[in-house]
Amino acid sequence: MNEEYDVIVLGTGLKECIISGLLSVDGLKVLHMDRNGYYGGESASLNLTQLYEQFRGGAEPPKELGANRDFNVDLVPKFMMANGKLVKALVHTDVTKYLEFKAVDGSYVFKQQKIFKVPSNDAEALKSPLMGLFEKRRARSFFIYVQDYELDEPKTHKGHDLTKMTMAELFKKFGLEEGTIDFIGHALALHRDDSYLAQPALPTVMAIKLYKDSMARFDTGSPYIYPLYGLGELPQAFARLSAVYGGTYMLNTPDAEVVYDEAGVACGVSHGGQTAKCKMVVGDPGYFPEKVKKVSQVVRAICFMDHPIPNTSDSYSAQIILPQKQLNRQSDIYVLSCSFAHNVAGKNTWIASVCTTVETSDPESELGPGLALLGSIKEKFVKVSDVFAPKEDGQTDKCFISCGYDATTHFETTMVDVLDMYTRITGKVLDLTEKDPSQIEGQ
Amino acid sequence: MAGNPSAPMQAKLVLLGDMGTGKSSLVLRFVKGQFFEYQESTIGAAFLTQTVSVNDTTVKFEIWDTAGQERYHSLAPMYYRGAAAAIVVYDITSTDSFNRAKSWVRELQRQGNPALVMALAGNKSDKSDERKIPAEEASAYADENGLFFMETSAKTAANVNELFYEIARKLPKAAPTPAPAGGIVLNNQQNAQKKKSTCC
Ligand SMILES: Nc1nc2c(ncn2[C@@H]2O[C@H](COP(=O)(O)OP(=O)(O)O)[C@@H](O)[C@H]2O)c(=O)[nH]1
Ligand SMILES: [Mg+2]
Repeated sequence: MNEEYDVIVLGTGLKECIISGLLSVDGLKVLHMDRNGYYGGESASLNLTQLYEQFRGGAEPPKELGANRDFNVDLVPKFMMANGKLVKALVHTDVTKYLEFKAVDGSYVFKQQKIFKVPSNDAEALKSPLMGLFEKRRARSFFIYVQDYELDEPKTHKGHDLTKMTMAELFKKFGLEEGTIDFIGHALALHRDDSYLAQPALPTVMAIKLYKDSMARFDTGSPYIYPLYGLGELPQAFARLSAVYGGTYMLNTPDAEVVYDEAGVACGVSHGGQTAKCKMVVGDPGYFPEKVKKVSQVVRAICFMDHPIPNTSDSYSAQIILPQKQLNRQSDIYVLSCSFAHNVAGKNTWIASVCTTVETSDPESELGPGLALLGSIKEKFVKVSDVFAPKEDGQTDKCFISCGYDATTHFETTMVDVLDMYTRITGKVLDLTEKDPSQIEGQ
Repeated sequence: MAGNPSAPMQAKLVLLGDMGTGKSSLVLRFVKGQFFEYQESTIGAAFLTQTVSVNDTTVKFEIWDTAGQERYHSLAPMYYRGAAAAIVVYDITSTDSFNRAKSWVRELQRQGNPALVMALAGNKSDKSDERKIPAEEASAYADENGLFFMETSAKTAANVNELFYEIARKLPKAAPTPAPAGGIVLNNQQNAQKKKSTCC
């Protein structure tokens, strides 16, 4: 413990584990600690005992739920975009070899009190009751524009400067109706609220392209994939990467505290009466209470059910987006479900989570419209979490702090934070471009 | 696997035991035929594969080394997950390492996989003049706990191949963890990218 490291990482949440892995691969000497006795921090997947410890004051889990170890319940449920940044990071670092994935069966959107499948191909789109016939034609020319759009090929821009033009203006160019805009903005571009409409169109166009590329990647009913045994496998896999490249792991260090020099710059971490020295500290907000500010609140309900979500074609896994306009809210409500088919619950048990950004003083009842879609619920665990963000970028105090996990249902914002932290820490931009296998083999 | 003799049966094999008992050295000896007196912590090589043929089956071992995470007892549950076989290693010149091997065995038993093939390896058998653990004692312990036992030396290669071949022989004939239906493999390819769709 009394050694000297380049970096000490505190907390084994997904973000910290990715950073730890990347830095170890870069050749830095990393010590990685966690106050808990398990990997994953906020982004862990818990077994029944751990879940009842956190939510039911340590009560004995009911026997009929099944074996403790069959459960891997995500604290922050999300899915992975099949062509998103997290998948790119997994492939880039070769961490995929530690994991197995399944495609998510279906993606749905809530409209006028009903749920509709988000079409996964042209044939489904033509039949979908989401749009009328003429609107379908307009939407089709919009999608062709988006599909053909290439940032570095001006002729595909068709005279529109998407860095200046707002998304509302682009929708207007194609004459799309409000319901279609709602669907595209929230169910495809996955925006949490409507502020994007007044922003430049480019990020939204790229988000729609990501959705469609992800959909095409495995040719299934949704653009999402999910790791067997739960999301908690992800931090474990990146932690292993870090260890393989020389990173040292210490869990169960409840007394771990950052040590600062006279100038207030982080210079080590103390634990068990000893101090490990380092040049910088990386960690989640929980280790730096005085250096973070609360930016929002998220409410999540984790529900156990003995059936799939009604109206999802008996899916073993599904996502439902409830756009804010449909609910007279500021932010969307998200429903995600997976099941024993993903080794996260006992036989014939589904786990659904309902989640949103808190807007009122009664967060739990804000989840009502989402909970109402689930049918009968056997057990419900509700948690309101403060989302913290660092006050500073870490250059002066050498504390590089991650943001908390927001309400989004995928990992794109998670990875934006990770890539930004990596750049702040190393001064380098991480290139996640996938290595072309034909080039490797063709040598 | 049944009906397809050309496809090797995949088996995840994990190593357990205290730091310095020779886990990484055993793997290196088995997979690459090498040994280093001053074995640096094995950077970048904690996932090796080796294929062996026993009788009429071919077994492809996916060997997981601890990557040093055993040092502060911080092995992740993922490490044990889906393992078909485990080798618990101690150093015959260290009583401590033998006692700790017993607690690794208990840890494995807690994982609750009755099909797991467990081996106990008393390593550094070349240093028999410094021996602290009699082979009979370890053998008796192994018998009581349903492990099979061998003394090995990564340095001289004694019994190293034998250890892995014996595990291959003991593996149940069916694949222990069949790939779940609908499982997908992430690789560099855009699996279905050729099929361009024009609508959402
Ligand atoms: N004499 C002898 N030394 C060994 C043997 N196996 C490993 N070692 C040495 O023991 C030390 C620790 O080995 P290592 O494989 O790193 O142990 P690990 O921590 O369990 O992975 C290294 O210096 C090895 O050279 C062996 O069979 N005989
Ligand atoms: Mg080793």
